[in-house]
Amino acid sequence: MSKHHVTTVINGDPVEFLCQPNVSLLDVLRDELNMTGTKEGCGTGDCGACSVTLDGRLVCSCLVLGVEAQGKSIQTIEGMANGETLHVLQRKFLEHAALQCGICTPGFLIAARSLLERNNNPTEEEVRFWLAGNLCRCTGYNNIITAVLEAAREMRGA
Amino acid sequence: MLTNTKDIEQVMKVVGTSPVRPDGVPKVTGQAQYGADYSLPGMLWAKVLRSPHAHARILSVDTSKAAALPGVKGIILGSDFPDHPFDYVGPERVAQNYWHMTRNIMAREKALFEGHAIAAVAATTLAIAAEAVSLIEVKYEVLQHCIDVEDAMKPDAPLLFEDMITRGVEPAPSKPSNISKRLEFSVGDIAAGFASADEVVEMSFKTAAVHQGYIEPHSCLARYGADGQCELWSASQGHFVVRAYTAKLVGMEIGNLLVHPAEIGGGFGGKTVVYVEPMAVLLSRKTGHPVKIMMSREDVFKSTGPTSGSSMTVKIGVKKDGTIVAAEGLFKFQAGAFPGSPVMNATMCAFAPYIIPNVKSVGFDVVSNRPKSAAYRAPGSPISAFAVESVLDILAKKIGMDPLKLRLKNAVKAGSPTAWGPKHSHDGYAETIQALLDHPQYNKPLGKNQGRGVASGFWFNGGGESTASVHINEDGTVVIATGSMDVGGSRASMALMAAETLGVPYESVRSTVADTASIGYNHVTGGSRVTYATGIAVVEACNKVIEDLRLRASLMWDTDIKNVVWSDGYAKPVDKSVGNFEPLSLKAIAGKRAVTGGPIGYEASTNAGGQAPGFSTQFVDVEVDPETGAVKILQFVAAQDVGRAIHRDYCAGQIVGGVVQGIGWALNEEYIYDSKGRLSNAGFLDYRIPVASDLPMIEAVLVEVPNPSHPFGVKGVGEANIVPPMAAIANAIENAIGRRMTELPMSPPRVLAAIDAG
Repeated sequence: MSKHHVTTVINGDPVEFLCQPNVSLLDVLRDELNMTGTKEGCGTGDCGACSVTLDGRLVCSCLVLGVEAQGKSIQTIEGMANGETLHVLQRKFLEHAALQCGICTPGFLIAARSLLERNNNPTEEEVRFWLAGNLCRCTGYNNIITAVLEAAREMRGA
Repeated sequence: MLTNTKDIEQVMKVVGTSPVRPDGVPKVTGQAQYGADYSLPGMLWAKVLRSPHAHARILSVDTSKAAALPGVKGIILGSDFPDHPFDYVGPERVAQNYWHMTRNIMAREKALFEGHAIAAVAATTLAIAAEAVSLIEVKYEVLQHCIDVEDAMKPDAPLLFEDMITRGVEPAPSKPSNISKRLEFSVGDIAAGFASADEVVEMSFKTAAVHQGYIEPHSCLARYGADGQCELWSASQGHFVVRAYTAKLVGMEIGNLLVHPAEIGGGFGGKTVVYVEPMAVLLSRKTGHPVKIMMSREDVFKSTGPTSGSSMTVKIGVKKDGTIVAAEGLFKFQAGAFPGSPVMNATMCAFAPYIIPNVKSVGFDVVSNRPKSAAYRAPGSPISAFAVESVLDILAKKIGMDPLKLRLKNAVKAGSPTAWGPKHSHDGYAETIQALLDHPQYNKPLGKNQGRGVASGFWFNGGGESTASVHINEDGTVVIATGSMDVGGSRASMALMAAETLGVPYESVRSTVADTASIGYNHVTGGSRVTYATGIAVVEACNKVIEDLRLRASLMWDTDIKNVVWSDGYAKPVDKSVGNFEPLSLKAIAGKRAVTGGPIGYEASTNAGGQAPGFSTQFVDVEVDPETGAVKILQFVAAQDVGRAIHRDYCAGQIVGGVVQGIGWALNEEYIYDSKGRLSNAGFLDYRIPVASDLPMIEAVLVEVPNPSHPFGVKGVGEANIVPPMAAIANAIENAIGRRMTELPMSPPRVLAAIDAG
């Protein structure tokens, strides 16, 4: 199977890669581009650990083909902090102990940022439903929900 | 988060606070490296061929076509691993049999469950490895299979092992069966006990096999050199145990295997054993290349250990005043395809929270054509507690007593007997009950279709072997290392205990997990043992450092060591008679290390006893939808005796996390098999673990009854929390709709059927 040449922008930087047409964007990120911050928990779009945004849309990168990224802009966890300055969500996740093992954390952060870009004042229920596609087995979600609500509050300047 | 603190005399400066963990920033920026995140130059990818049959004799395996595929570098079968004598080794509660273990890694004579590994291929790409796997030709003789534990115990059940004679029965049975073991714990006169009871309830229960559900699939990377030296990067709950198992199963000396602790993406007991590591090492040895294996989620469900499903009968008798006079339990557990369910724990823990003069607790360990069970958070205890705590609820109602007060009346404390011999050594249970009785919401009125349930749970907790080192850096900062994998923030807890002991700020202590060549032996991160046992090692190493710091100061002051005390992070003269010396900081002493004896650092090892058990008592409010049978959790309050919280937020996090796993176990989760013994729901879509929108905020109540065996009073906190939820929810459902649910999960169809049955 011959490889396709794909041109994308990842976290603001131009990136080119070659991939076979049946390879997922997740595998491209992890195995071709060594961007292992995006995690594989299931490979079937059920756990959200591989969440990235594609032209601003929240997707499971395991359900997107690498070739579909042609001409698109991808945001991953590696692009979330600004140099040494963590994103508010990252800081709130740490302050509120919103991770235990941390394998689901990159996906939750990407998904939560996507929520806050659309709704900067979500209710607890709205946060719970937006994040229902991200599985966490350690925390019972309490502190993740709190961290997202607190990040929203800080980002609103409330 | 409420806190009930009792008898704490020590005043702490950093212990009990909630600072950010040392591994926090890497985990929120995607930099932390888990098992699948390691790669090496020249690395091969491996894929595993797995049995499509639940039970089949392997007649032949032909790998010639696969081996001829360009890019394929090596193929292994079960017979490539050395065999082991049939022998159970280690204490009975956690005994291992390497004859079984090597066959669980890879099948030999028979495939014993769907997903059982048959062969593994290493190739230059994952795609080539996958294609090669499809080219391996296996001839199977498909055999009759058994899935359910009751079916597997029938005399005419298909046998997984044609020569398995039940252990623990005298005289030994003459015929083989699927019953690996019978065990019993008895005390008193059970018949006389029940005869003296005013009310007796006997009921049978079933629970489903449930998976630990860690989000990270098992993954590892191995590099085996021509010099026989091997390095392994593996996400596990204990890299020393990975080293021991892998070396044994591959047939190499432990000293030739160095295991690096990758970050672990959840374990909950399921990563205390090995699956892919021996395969990767053997493939690397065979090919001369580094080899990486990553399980798929389907592999995880089909081939790694869930905890047992069960079939149980429990009978309890009480006096009118609530005194429990007799209890009898029969616990039949699915071990999976090889012996070793947690039924022994279940029979011990079942009645452990209560003072009962007459007890008979019998367990059966039964093999069937399912993946071999593995530890899952307080293994065994949640299963028997579902039955026992349900029966207690019925009895409380019969005698018109508050269910918490019934438990309080019979609660064990230090000096109370156990069914297995030694007396309880610690208080803590009654305090968790009292915490809920005092809770402002416990007597809050409920609405239509709503109900409240309570339940309690016991877990032994562990101690055991741990090693820690503490080094004072050249600038006076501190670095500590342990060999205990950090599954939920233990690096932070270790740093807190070191900072408290040394009298320095948390921020000056760097806490790490060292590889197997860089620190002494540590047993697994399991049994809620790390904060307790590894914490003791950290404190002991700090105390050795302090002794040395006092010596260094005495040299600098030209006085005797007995004239120097260590206080609040400084060496100080014991009194003015020693001389007019300014206190010496770690930095000041470290600056003079070269002229006072060289580098400052110590290692301490322990085989810690004296651990205290975990007790948890919980109440839950539910609402049952009478149209659909769906159960909604309205409120959940979980009190647990933590001894003393080292990191408050991470203690609460353990409790909340355990409760939510219990909610999944209670309401959703189960292994579903088709008529051919194939798992029908091997994915997170159909094996549904709780999601954020299923849940309210769970409330953790930290009860602190310190353990005198630990320098700061720690009791393990990771496991007791998952014991009560299933019974608490069943009791709440009964309270809401008047129907007793006796089978897990209490999924909408089952609850609806119970409502419709009237």
